[in-house]
Amino acid sequence: MTLDLQSMLTILGMGAVTYATRIGGYALLSRFPVKGRVKAGLEAVPIAILTAIIAPAALAAGPADALAALITVLLALRLPVIVALIGGIGSAVLLRGLIG
Amino acid sequence: MSIDELQPVPGSSSPAAGWRSDFMLGLWHIAPLMVGLVPFGLLMGALAAQKGFGAVEMMLMSGLVFAGASQFVALELWRDPLPMLAIVAATAMINLRHVMMGAAMQPAMGRFNRLQAPASLFLMADEIWAMAMRRAGQGRLTPAYYFGLATFFYLSWVFWTGLGTVVGSVIQNPARYGFDYAFTAVFLILIVGLWRGRRSIAPLAASAVVALAAHAWLPGVWYIVLGGAAGVLAAALSTPEPS
Repeated sequence: MTLDLQSMLTILGMGAVTYATRIGGYALLSRFPVKGRVKAGLEAVPIAILTAIIAPAALAAGPADALAALITVLLALRLPVIVALIGGIGSAVLLRGLIG
Repeated sequence: MSIDELQPVPGSSSPAAGWRSDFMLGLWHIAPLMVGLVPFGLLMGALAAQKGFGAVEMMLMSGLVFAGASQFVALELWRDPLPMLAIVAATAMINLRHVMMGAAMQPAMGRFNRLQAPASLFLMADEIWAMAMRRAGQGRLTPAYYFGLATFFYLSWVFWTGLGTVVGSVIQNPARYGFDYAFTAVFLILIVGLWRGRRSIAPLAASAVVALAAHAWLPGVWYIVLGGAAGVLAAALSTPEPS
């Protein structure tokens, strides 16, 4: 990839919106505290988005990948990130070989 | 090893300890997390290389965005033709949590001047924020400590993601090593880290169901926006409104 205009603009846009979220709460929400349902909704944004992104790849891409997803989650609940990462990828390779 | 077991660097316990020792204390406290950053940075660089990124582009993204989860999402969506708006919108949605985080940290930032406050917010990654809030709970959050946490953490993120593009570009067939599954694994691990017990059930379930349905029946990346919105709605509606 060369540093073409579209890539450059996309990266700049990502940086701009990210900084806006970082400075926005400090500048604004501290003066107008959110609570109740709005707060719960905002707090749930990361888990909702990450789940939406990965649900098709984790659950609808075949039994091997779905089983590996379960193993990854179980490992991540108890063990360090790097162990879960290697274990998850390793189990995906193994299970794809075994059950497709 | 927990953070509590870490000993402060010599000199920092003195009330007269200056800017330098507070900075070093922050650096000392973030050091274990900087080690944990290495595989994620290399992995991101390697995945970016598969999308055609070179080290310069990767370091530019890491340096300007400095938000791991949203960078993984951007790379997942990165294709030709480039869905610019979808990538920027997904970045904004994933990073919306920063709004809450910044608001939570604001009362503890009384010692930050007009230049230090915006600079520190630029560096407010999840790990930095968590460590800073921990310090703030002890009433001792100083700019020196904060920048001790953030400076080398930031630089190492830029460095390791950049190096990852070099290491990753030699990997020819990622699926053979299960390398394509790395995205899925990383996201699942991030979700486990975000899990907050029972109140996470509704947003996760709603998001997964709607995303799976939208992915099956709608084109493009609508499943991300629709699934995310469903999850947020579910979280809001499953929370009782205070009377």
